Amino acid sequence: MKTNENPYIPYYATVEDTWFETGGERAIKTFKVVFDDEEVRKNWSHSPGQCAMIGVLGVGESMISISCSPTEGEFLRFSVMKMGKVTQALHQLEAGDKMTVRGPYGNSFPLDEWEGKHILTIGGGIGQAPMRPVVEYVKANYEKYGGLTMIYGARTSGDLCFKNEFEEMTRDDDLSCHLTIDIEEEQWDHNVGFVPQVLLDVNPSPENTIAVTCGPPIMIRFVLENLKKLGFEDDQIYTTLENRMKCGIGKCGRCNAGNMYVCKDGPVFNYATLKEIPEAFA
Amino acid sequence: MSAMLLNKEKWPEFVGKLTGKKIWAPQGEGQEMRFAPLDEGDAPALEYGNTRVPPKQALFPQTETLFRFQLGREDVEVPELEEEVVLLGVRPCDARSMAIVDNLFSWEEDDPYYFKRRELVTLVGLACSEPGLNCFCTSVGGGPASTEGLDLLMTDLGEHYLLEAVTEKGENLLKEAGDLLEEADDDKVKEKEQLIEESKGAIKRSLDTEGIPEGLPGLWEDPLWQRVSASCLGCGTCTYLCPTCHCFDIQDEVEGFAARSCRMWDSCMFGEYTLHTSGHNPRPTRRERTRNRINHKYSYFVDKFDVIACVGCGRCVNLCPVNIDIVEILKQVKEAL
Repeated sequence: MKTNENPYIPYYATVEDTWFETGGERAIKTFKVVFDDEEVRKNWSHSPGQCAMIGVLGVGESMISISCSPTEGEFLRFSVMKMGKVTQALHQLEAGDKMTVRGPYGNSFPLDEWEGKHILTIGGGIGQAPMRPVVEYVKANYEKYGGLTMIYGARTSGDLCFKNEFEEMTRDDDLSCHLTIDIEEEQWDHNVGFVPQVLLDVNPSPENTIAVTCGPPIMIRFVLENLKKLGFEDDQIYTTLENRMKCGIGKCGRCNAGNMYVCKDGPVFNYATLKEIPEAFA
Repeated sequence: MSAMLLNKEKWPEFVGKLTGKKIWAPQGEGQEMRFAPLDEGDAPALEYGNTRVPPKQALFPQTETLFRFQLGREDVEVPELEEEVVLLGVRPCDARSMAIVDNLFSWEEDDPYYFKRRELVTLVGLACSEPGLNCFCTSVGGGPASTEGLDLLMTDLGEHYLLEAVTEKGENLLKEAGDLLEEADDDKVKEKEQLIEESKGAIKRSLDTEGIPEGLPGLWEDPLWQRVSASCLGCGTCTYLCPTCHCFDIQDEVEGFAARSCRMWDSCMFGEYTLHTSGHNPRPTRRERTRNRINHKYSYFVDKFDVIACVGCGRCVNLCPVNIDIVEILKQVKEAL
């Protein structure tokens, strides 16, 4: 792969398409971007779970989950919540504008190891961003896996990401799709209730199953509890962590959770490992 | 190459031989010494304890440009690093810190800026004959004449310096010095050994690190962290002046249309260091930050690289405004194990 020999220098990528997933002050906007350099485009490879440093020159960079699977094509997708200086600058970008991209960073979900197993993803809010590439990857390689279940929830229907994909998903026979919102709304014909409760209602069998979860810390805590109630062993459960990052390559120091650097040793962690890190859920 | 002797009268000539290279040496007075580029023709006096600021800035400047660019343009310009630098009079603990930090900057992928400088820098050490009040290098794997990280070690024998090459770079320096040097006889080598033994004996502080790397994480909720961090002001002095501290921030700076991406020393003792944009902070108080600092140096770094990330230079003890003392903290850790 053609890499910049200097890992701090980003590539340029052009926004091919962009749309809002959610509205409000902390809107989430998705960017579909394509690298400007053809060689970079050809040689880039990422796996579900990995992240990239994206940014705007002169403003800064943020570590963002790559929310598409490599099986979808030669582009990248990032879903960015408008939170601080960098993400506000990113939200200004429209189709045709450029952002900078470095990466891909971190480990990934061991999807090869999971072949033959049923894959269960449990996401909440923007935490669906790293779940989406898992779902897409398993869909694209469905014959290799033992099934696919997706549980995804947010506070309101307006807070759900990737809504434009749900209709097709709910019709997809390969995918058992469970959407939920916290409070009842008119015209909502899916589940109502918190994600951990919906997990219990769906009642997936732990047999030959891998559970992957990402979402707000409070959700993850109860999802883990409920997965245990359902009989899942620690090593059947995976999650991703996030921490503030600057370099992405294990040098700048700040993203450690205990003796693990989230940017290199993570962001994907098996729960059996994670349990041993005292700072993991800080 | 065998040990060589340099008569101190010839010291300015020896320094003069280092033409074409920038020389950095301890400058300033008393407690205020720091490594800085030497004016041409100067020969530094090497009578000092240690610098207040460690010489890590020669490899890892306090602020460093990663690349420059113009707003609205795509091309970026990386600064060329090509100046050869000789650091004269580096204390063995500080040189050893560089060998320790090499582990991190080469972990899985090399940091190009750090290693380019590493290539360009020659480290000429000066053995310690009078350890400082809070030195404890011998407790963490070092010593007053440790050569780890150095290219050449000098020992002050009164009228002479004893010069011992450690690496090829060091040997080349000795070759360049040519007939300024004379071969040291066994008596001089023995004199040095004795001096170092006395120096070791003069180190007053000590610490038994056995069991600490394995045991530290197990003390996560121990009340000792509250106790040892209670007086901390969060000023970051301990980390800025620590020769093994290597954490940095990356920021873009813009002036008109000219801009640069740069990195600068950062400190795990600052709240913003780990603050998420959401407002959540995984290390919200100085208790968690102190716990992380100690764990990082004495446990996490050992897990990854099999060496304690502390060289016992004593700076954090000497210069903490509220007298927090890492040796005392580790003694409490040891008791709590």
